[in-house]
Amino acid sequence: MIKRQQQWQRYIFSAALAFGLVFVGTAQAEEAGGLPPAGTNVQDQASLQRGAKLFFNYCVGCHSLKYARYARIGDDLGLSEAEVMGNFNFTGAKYGETVVSSMPAESAAKWFGKAPPDLSLEVRAKGADWVNAYLNSFYLDASRPVGWNNTVFPNASMPFPLWELQGLQTAVLAPGKPGQDAAVEKLELAQPGKLTPAQFQRATRDLTNFLEYVSEPAALQRHHYGIWVLLFLAAFTLLAYFLKKEYWKDVHEA
Amino acid sequence: MAKVLTSIGDWIGERAPGLAPMYRKHMTEYYAPKNFNLWYYFGSLALLVLINQIVTGIFLTMNYNPSAAGAFDSVEYIMRDVEWGWLIRYMHSTGASLFFVVVFLHMFRGIIYGSFKKPRELVWLLGMLIFLVLMAEAFMGYVLPWGNMSFWGAQVIISLFGTVPFIGDALVQWIMGDFLPADATLNRFFALHVIALPIVLLLLVVLHLAALHEVGSNNPDGVDVKHGSRGNRWSPLAPVDGIPFHPYYTVKDLVGVGFFLMIASFIIFFAPTLGGWFLEPDNFIPANNLVTPSHIKPVWYFTPFYAIVRMIPSFLGSAVWGVIAMFGSIAALFAMPWLDRGAVKSIRYRGTGYKVALGLFVLSFFMLGAVGSGITAEVIPAWFGNVDVTFWENLFGRTMTAIYFGFFVFLWAYTTFGWETTKPVPDRVTTHD
Repeated sequence: MIKRQQQWQRYIFSAALAFGLVFVGTAQAEEAGGLPPAGTNVQDQASLQRGAKLFFNYCVGCHSLKYARYARIGDDLGLSEAEVMGNFNFTGAKYGETVVSSMPAESAAKWFGKAPPDLSLEVRAKGADWVNAYLNSFYLDASRPVGWNNTVFPNASMPFPLWELQGLQTAVLAPGKPGQDAAVEKLELAQPGKLTPAQFQRATRDLTNFLEYVSEPAALQRHHYGIWVLLFLAAFTLLAYFLKKEYWKDVHEA
Repeated sequence: MAKVLTSIGDWIGERAPGLAPMYRKHMTEYYAPKNFNLWYYFGSLALLVLINQIVTGIFLTMNYNPSAAGAFDSVEYIMRDVEWGWLIRYMHSTGASLFFVVVFLHMFRGIIYGSFKKPRELVWLLGMLIFLVLMAEAFMGYVLPWGNMSFWGAQVIISLFGTVPFIGDALVQWIMGDFLPADATLNRFFALHVIALPIVLLLLVVLHLAALHEVGSNNPDGVDVKHGSRGNRWSPLAPVDGIPFHPYYTVKDLVGVGFFLMIASFIIFFAPTLGGWFLEPDNFIPANNLVTPSHIKPVWYFTPFYAIVRMIPSFLGSAVWGVIAMFGSIAALFAMPWLDRGAVKSIRYRGTGYKVALGLFVLSFFMLGAVGSGITAEVIPAWFGNVDVTFWENLFGRTMTAIYFGFFVFLWAYTTFGWETTKPVPDRVTTHD
């Protein structure tokens, strides 16, 4: 009887666990949406520094990071105040202030049809894989107002500032079916840029990594403290277990 | 030192002579059956999470700004600029989800061991009220960060009240205080979330425990310990299979707390969004009434109930039936003590029909969760290719809804018409050592 009971419990628990795993697994698959993994790692400080350099050279002209402070970026990326203020700050903001683009939002909306979004939380909203794939998927499209299109985010209104690094991609169209728009089959590098494709992929990974850090600076602290918290709790649980065993000797004798 | 403490204790004891007996009644002389198993950890864990939610909630309110213009920014302020704000917020958001994990398991324990049956009907009803208030509390809390899913979730859920005949539209505006979820909505939800509902919740928890201690705890054998033979090493009057709650179950629960905190901490420190299940990607976008998220869905713990709303078609020109069914799915749980009329409490000694029905019920609950969270909408085309997704999803979801409600109907018939063949229940608890 007792044996059967325990088997029952084991059965229920393994079923629940299996369900849980399937659920979480599906969620992650859903989130990725079949995009190649970005391969980011916010613990990689050198990558974050390279990504920050790219961001402040190519992106901050239009995009703000309105929740990120220069000082915090300096602290977390291991950069001095002089380095940050000298290389990253083009607006005369104070070291403790947040990263605001110098582009006026109203004019930007007029120029691009839509003001460039703030990127503080872009990776948390869209996922690192999406951002990385987006950065690799711009191609020339004369039919678009700014001359660029994107396969990950079709008809995005953003021009591609990294073109001088990647080069110019053009779309190879799949044969159109009647009544449907021609679909992009793949992108081709029509004119090489300053970086080789491998170098460019590393560059976008660094940039995505930096944006991932910016979307949750606490991730650095989380990982740092998490391991100690878990070790403490493991010790606590072990002690609690021995304490329980000691007390329960009475019960087993009774 | 010890002398000072004793004299303080005496001083209080003289002025509040009822205190020590009360402590004894609920702790050292509350005799709980000695055969509690793993399922019995979740009550104390629910209390732990409740305390966590209150304490972290207090700290969150210190920096949270309950206005449509400032709420989202203030949450990011907490996440970035408030010292340890990220930890407080993740403890609160993870705690919210784990509250439901723990409460679902606690309720399931009550079902499998018949803890809702006479004489514990009141314990069960108070527990169900806690569950209902908890759902309201969680829903309003979810709206507060004012992300895009907060906004659209509020819009969809409040609109359910719009299906009420005649007064529906007026009711929705009355709840929102506006024509859309807006500043007024956020302000009142904040008030309800941080003051009104927590007070109700705490009161109900006290009553739940008081009602429990009045009748005594059930146990995995479903044996009545309190009215059996008496006398054990602690007291000649105590139930023979009862042990003092303190220290035996307090130290045992401490082990459960340790394990639970390890799981919670793993999530808080290494996966605070849990792949989008605890914190959804769309909620990192500020509320925007012009941009609808591609899939509006509630957080995971509401998905089975949300699926029932979605699966019930409207007829007679009204969509109110789905809403009635959703509330009915919770009302059926309230009615458990009167639906399940079997004399045997514990699943250990119940008929095969009961076990099969319960298994199907659990399955339907998970599968409704899959429908409500949009998993079926993804999986059906992925597994079966080019098929009519809506048709198959509706068929699947409605079958699961039928199984969910079918469980209660079956249980009533099974126990009322004497179809159940039970096993003999032992006189005393069987201990597993």
